[in-house]
Amino acid sequence: MYFTDAHEELRLHIRKFLASEVQPHLEEWEEKTFPDSIFKRFGELGFLGLRYPPEYGGQGGDYFSAVVLSEEMARAGLGGLGMAVDVQTEMATPPVFKFGTEEQKRKWVVPAIRGEHIAALAITEPDAGSDVAGITTVAKRDGDHFVVNGRKIFITSGARCQWALVVTKSDRERGHKGYNLLVIEKGTPGFQVTRTLKKLGMHSSDTAELLFEDCRVPVANLIGEEGDGFKNLMWELQGERMIAAAGAIAGAARIFEYTMDYAQNRQAFGQPISQFQVIKHRLVDMGTKIAAVQAFVYQTAAQWDKGEYPVREISQAKLLATQVACEVADDAIQILGGHGYMHEFPVERAWRNARLGRIGAGSDEIMKEIIAKTYGL
Amino acid sequence: MTISWRSDNGCLVKIVVTVKQVPDPNSATLLESDNTLARDREVVLDPGDECGIEEGLQLKEAHGGEVILVSMGPERAKDAIRKGLSMGADRGVLISDVQLAGADALLTARALAAAIKPEQPDLVICATESYDGSTGMVPPMLAELLGLPQLTIAKKVEVDGSTIKVHRQTADGYQVVEASTPALISVTAGIAEPRYASLKGIMAARSKEIKQVGLSDLGIERGEPGETIEGIADAEARKAGAIIEDDGTAVDRIIQVLAQAKVV
Repeated sequence: MYFTDAHEELRLHIRKFLASEVQPHLEEWEEKTFPDSIFKRFGELGFLGLRYPPEYGGQGGDYFSAVVLSEEMARAGLGGLGMAVDVQTEMATPPVFKFGTEEQKRKWVVPAIRGEHIAALAITEPDAGSDVAGITTVAKRDGDHFVVNGRKIFITSGARCQWALVVTKSDRERGHKGYNLLVIEKGTPGFQVTRTLKKLGMHSSDTAELLFEDCRVPVANLIGEEGDGFKNLMWELQGERMIAAAGAIAGAARIFEYTMDYAQNRQAFGQPISQFQVIKHRLVDMGTKIAAVQAFVYQTAAQWDKGEYPVREISQAKLLATQVACEVADDAIQILGGHGYMHEFPVERAWRNARLGRIGAGSDEIMKEIIAKTYGL
Repeated sequence: MTISWRSDNGCLVKIVVTVKQVPDPNSATLLESDNTLARDREVVLDPGDECGIEEGLQLKEAHGGEVILVSMGPERAKDAIRKGLSMGADRGVLISDVQLAGADALLTARALAAAIKPEQPDLVICATESYDGSTGMVPPMLAELLGLPQLTIAKKVEVDGSTIKVHRQTADGYQVVEASTPALISVTAGIAEPRYASLKGIMAARSKEIKQVGLSDLGIERGEPGETIEGIADAEARKAGAIIEDDGTAVDRIIQVLAQAKVV
């Protein structure tokens, strides 16, 4: 209904590519994080520009081609790399492409599509995450530069990126009108990666803390109109949550299939454990939740693809899909028992990776606040 | 006719790659009651043909020209051609005719030759053998019918002017064999790693031409089969080994068995 045969053909190519060039390295990358060169390879194959127009080196596809990539990354169990790719294609570059000038698109989006640049998006700060209005990174105008001071944390690809799209305020005291999105390139004096952070899951990606100290950023790096940053960031967050929902539910489907297979083969007390009603019903619950949320995710993605702005549905899809992903991973561990707790079985990693979904891109609680507003509550 | 492969003088070349849709190698092989392969299952472009297409595309990229895919099969074999078009081939020809059902190697080669001849290609690329039938006879028959020199089991191809040189895989190494174009080569899977199609390639393939032709269009008749399948037998299963239980004399008995087998 949502996927054409061209999408399915793309899916097979992505699947084959991931199986032969990515998955064999996954264990190593979970230890050391992935090499930057894999982005180059994704870029060569067109996977970093599926939705961008051909004149910018993109593939000219629709939103469901991005969904295909995100689903296949999730189905291949590529949590951290999948997240870094999503950050590149669905979070950091879209605002530059949508609100940026022609020159800005050529300078930052085109190399990102080729995989020559790795991009990051820097919103969260040590004292402000969910409360975006509380951010304190200040970019004060000084002639044809902004002088940026502040700290950003939990930034995916922060250590390896060539540039970050950084959310700043012109003044700490100003409200929604004072926001600016700035592309800040690595190597700009005053831009430092202070540390990379160890985390529960998503080990193959790097997560960094960034420090800006009197960092002078040319006004030419301002994305969108001055003062429009908050509004533009809200638009970005919709795409970010939509792709998070698609990836989360695809990951849940993978774990469900794995657990079904396990339960039908694992013998206990003389029969496959899937024959015990308690396991059988748990599997049914897992499958049913996934089916319902998957349908809702696709329906919402179709609205987004058509250019609608369904904030309520995207927030609901993100909330539900990431919750179901956590529940399914937890149920899977329970069904697998000791095997589920072991590193060598995929559910252990999936359980760790899934937990981020309910925090990143806006927590469960923030989703509910947004949804509440759309109901007039 | 001599055609230069060097793109610097503007000459372009025409390459035909024969392709086949086969049962998915990842699924079990099933036979029909007449011992032909059951084809009503998951089907894919023969993985060996993907390598041939890749080699054709690389030659085209190096020298300019056109890559044409020619296949024989039911209507749905267009999907296999389409996959090659997604990789970058220019157009396809599908020979499809109910009279061709269960065709043997010679009929297949005759049909392919009839479809390829009017194209007047500079090079025909075939896989060494198909994944399913595995007769390996179509490429040499096709070369004969087209009146082309054939260079078989190529693992590397070099083109210089109107000379084509291949490294021909042998049990001990390889032979260097050369001919002048037009020629037919059969290639091994080692010749080139097939590329992944891009979304742009996949979408572009939707508007590329796949010409469908029947036996009458080609001006050939089915004729009597040159080969028929008389019967199918399973390969002999390995026999279970003897189990010697130890009642205190096992060592002596094992030595006896080994001595009889002339191992000790």
